[in-house]
Formats: sequence, structure tokens, C-alpha cells
Amino acid sequence: MIHFDTVSKRYPGRQEALTNLSMEVPEGEMAFLTGHSGAGKSTLLKLIARIERATRGTLLVGNVNLSTLPRRRVPWLRRQMGIVFQDHHLLYDRTVFDNVALPLVIAGYRSGELSRRVHAALDKVGLLDKEKQMPITLSGGEQQRVGIARAVVHRPRLLLADEPTGNLDPALSREIMDLFVQFNRVGVTVLVATHDIALTEAFGLPVLSLEGGSLARDDFHGRAHGA
Amino acid sequence: MARNTRRPARKASGKAAPKGTNGPRTRALPRGRSLRRPSAWLQEHARAALGSLGRMWRNPVANGMTAAVIAIALALPASLWMLLQNVERATAGWDAGARISVYLEPGLESSAIERATETIAGRESVRVLERISPDEALAEFRSLAGFEDALSALDGNPLPAVVVIEPAADTPRSASALESLAKTLDDIPGVDRVQVDLEWVERLYALLDLIERGVGLFAILLAAGVLLIVGNTIRLDILNRRQEIEVTKLIGASDAFIRRPFLYGGLWFGLLGALAAWLLLALTGMLLAGPTARLASAYGSGFRLSGLDGAESLALLGAGVALGLLGSWLAVGRHLRAIEPG
Repeated sequence: MIHFDTVSKRYPGRQEALTNLSMEVPEGEMAFLTGHSGAGKSTLLKLIARIERATRGTLLVGNVNLSTLPRRRVPWLRRQMGIVFQDHHLLYDRTVFDNVALPLVIAGYRSGELSRRVHAALDKVGLLDKEKQMPITLSGGEQQRVGIARAVVHRPRLLLADEPTGNLDPALSREIMDLFVQFNRVGVTVLVATHDIALTEAFGLPVLSLEGGSLARDDFHGRAHGA
Repeated sequence: MARNTRRPARKASGKAAPKGTNGPRTRALPRGRSLRRPSAWLQEHARAALGSLGRMWRNPVANGMTAAVIAIALALPASLWMLLQNVERATAGWDAGARISVYLEPGLESSAIERATETIAGRESVRVLERISPDEALAEFRSLAGFEDALSALDGNPLPAVVVIEPAADTPRSASALESLAKTLDDIPGVDRVQVDLEWVERLYALLDLIERGVGLFAILLAAGVLLIVGNTIRLDILNRRQEIEVTKLIGASDAFIRRPFLYGGLWFGLLGALAAWLLLALTGMLLAGPTARLASAYGSGFRLSGLDGAESLALLGAGVALGLLGSWLAVGRHLRAIEPG
């Protein structure tokens, strides 16, 4: 599903954030992306969502080559994936329902199908009774679950999460991760960036570990690069 | 969107694919359900249109003031234009009574006068109203107090014969047509000078032309003002909603999707402004109708002030909508592309 081939990313006037990175996340798998802050986790996710472009190398997402994907096709690419952000990125001037419905509105769903799917997604994250509330009235964990519902409501094949448990206590973090595991069970490819090593160990899932812009551990190929 | 979902399939089979491209597990990013039927397209536009209208409604004071400024900017040139139309209507036909005085050369024999007069009367484009012989002219002069002595001092009659004519019924009466008619009369032997008694009407029409041109320029300036007002309002709206735009871009909204509510916002501003301008004009017309009618009847005229007719009202609304759309389109083009998630 995700295929990096000697990908490098350099931000103007800074060191390389990623150097000659080659890795793969097979379709239907779930993996953790770990590493210290500044190791390149966020950059890697931004490359996959085409928020940033690779400086060198080839990056395929679902067989689509992102380096040749024209700008006007980027929205289409993003509609094929769900993204969960650490700071939720919710729209605070509309209800929970409207936030979750946004990807479906963008995709042009009719209102009947739209509300059926939104309710299914909210039910999945256990917030069906809060659909009419404004996000600001919810707790941090609940807001993150709204963000997850929004990321899966259009049934993407790929789910990316950038530090989804960054601001949550361990019990809540486990709940969130359990949600991701459930989505993975129904065939969604999931890549979760986190610095919470204890959490990744508790789940026993494949880990991709970044260190200084290179892959230090790759459980999909049993390789260990560098130190 | 059929267009959007068809292309990646081609891309997937064409580009280096690490695995086979068929089979459900390895298929490329899936096609979303194709939902871009015409009704879905309509629904998206209805959502954007109603959404931006609702957004304006939630902030009635600020948006109402913007619409009012647009209304005044549209009403000013429109009311001047309306005034001009009425003045033109009131003065139309003033040149219908155009008279042309053809002065024959002084001291002409009466047979020559007769010949020249017959030639003039023979022209199809004119109708002779009056023939004044030198003697008649002199008699008329004498009857005017004070000229008696002056005329007695002269030996002989210095006055020429005059033929007063008007253009024939089917001859155009514009200033230029009268001018060329006068020229052809001037060429007739025995004619000394042709005087079109129309200069003041000509001056009036020239003045109206000038004012019309002025109103046109004024309208262009104010239209530019409306563009700037709408453009700036939409620009501020875009900046206020920067975070929302970033998030929707991250979720996969196309540029068209993000643009749409802002364009509809501009359209609503233009339409509301034009409607308010129309109301202002209607109100002005009502307030002025009575006094105008009194003034007209004092001059023995049945003139009535006329407001904007259907076509002109539509033109006003159309201008408002077009300016609103154009203004927001300019702002959107400049500012939306600059906002990218990162």
C-alpha cells in the first residue's frame, strides 16, 4: 500500500529530514512508526498525504506515484485515505455530526446515505449520543475520537495517524489504539506514528523505527539499519 | 466524479506497480462511489449557496453594511442614468419643430427670387412654410419701434428675401441630417446663407451626451468600487477561515469545492446590493413622481417620471451579481491558493 524507494526529503535551508529511505507497508497491515521527535515521523506522513513532496526517490501510495501526481489530483489522493491528527484539526464552529460528515460532503454524498454513514462512524467510536454537540464541549479523548470518526467515515483503504494519543493518558491511549486495530481487522491499512514505545510493545504489531531520517528498524523485512 | 475515478486506474496499470494490479487485496486506491450525477452536482451547489447565505445571515450587521455600501454604489450611477433617460424623454421631439431660414442674396431681382424659391420648394426633402420678400421684411422691420428712422436713412432696401422651410415629414431630424440638408440648400444659386434655428437644442443634446458619458465613467469607477468592496470582504472571510480551509484541503477537498462557498458569498453580496439599490431607486421615483407631475402640468406637458423598466431592473440585478462574482473570484484566485496545509 505504501512503498518508499530511496526517498529523501530536504526542507530548504535545513538538514535532510529523510535520507534514502526505502520501506514498505503491505496492504491490509497495521504498523507503528516510532522514533524521537525530529526523527522524521511527521515528514514521512506528510509525504504520504502529499502535504510535502519528496526531494528525491519514488513514493507509491496504492500504486499511485506521488512524485508524478499533478497538483489538481492531490485532493483525490487525500480522499482515498483517512488522516488522524494529534491536535484533532476539528472545525469548532460546527457540530460533531457536521465535522464527521465533512469528507462525505466533499465526496458529494446524498444526505440520506451521508447521515447513515456518519451515524455508523460515530457509533463505532462510541459518540453517537454527542452528534449534536459542539467539539469544544467534549473532552480531549472524545475530540480525538471525533477526529477518528471523520478519518474513517468515507471508508478509506489507508488510515494515517500522527501521534493520535499524544495528549491522552495511557488508558485512553489504549482505547484509541484498540479502535485502530479494529479498523485494521476489516482490511484497512493503518500506519500510526507515535513516540510511545510502551504502547507499541503492548500491541505487538510491526514497528518501523526512524532515527535521524533513516530506518533503524523495519519489522516487515527484519532488517536493522545503522546502529 | 467519473473523471476523477477513471484516471488513477490508468495510472495504476501504467506506472511501476510493485505487485499485480488485479485482485481485491492489491488493487490500487479504490474508486469512491461515483456520485457526481447531475443531481449530486446540483446538491453540492445548493449546499454551497445555502451555506454561504446562512453564514451571512449569522452576521447580519456587518454583512448588511457591506450590502448597503454595494447598494449605494450601484444606486448612484443607476439613478443618474434614470434621470438622464427621463430628461431625454422630456426633451425628445424638441427638434421636431426644426425650422431652417434660407436667406437669399440681397438685391436679387424678383424673378431670380422666384426662381430660387421654386428650386428650394422643388426639393423633396423640404416643405416651405413661409416666403418673406424683401419688402415684407422691410415692412416688418419698420413696424418694430426704433428702427423707423434708421431704415429711412438708407437708400433702397438692404434686406434679403427669406424662405422659411422645415424638413419634410420623412426626413431625419438629427442635427447632422439637418446640417447636410442645410449644405445642399446653400448650393442653390441665389442662396446667400442657411440658418438652422436649432443651435440651442443642439447644445442641449451635446450637453446630455456629455453627461451621459460622465455617468458612464462614474459608473465604471463605482463598479470598480464594488469589486474592491466584495473582493476585500471575501478576502477577510478567507483569512478568518484559514484553519477551516487547511483542514478541508487535508481531508481532500478540491479547489473547486473550497472556492464555491466564497464565490456564492460574492454572488449574494452583489445580488443583495442590487436588490437594495433597486428598492432605493423605486423609493426615489415614488418620492419624485408627484413634484415632477406638478412641474410638468405647470408647463402644460403630460410628462410623467418613469422608473426602471423590467429590462433595466434585470440589468441592474445582473450587474450586481456579475460584479459580486467577479470581485470574489479575484479575491479567491489571489488568496486561496496561498493557503496550504503544512
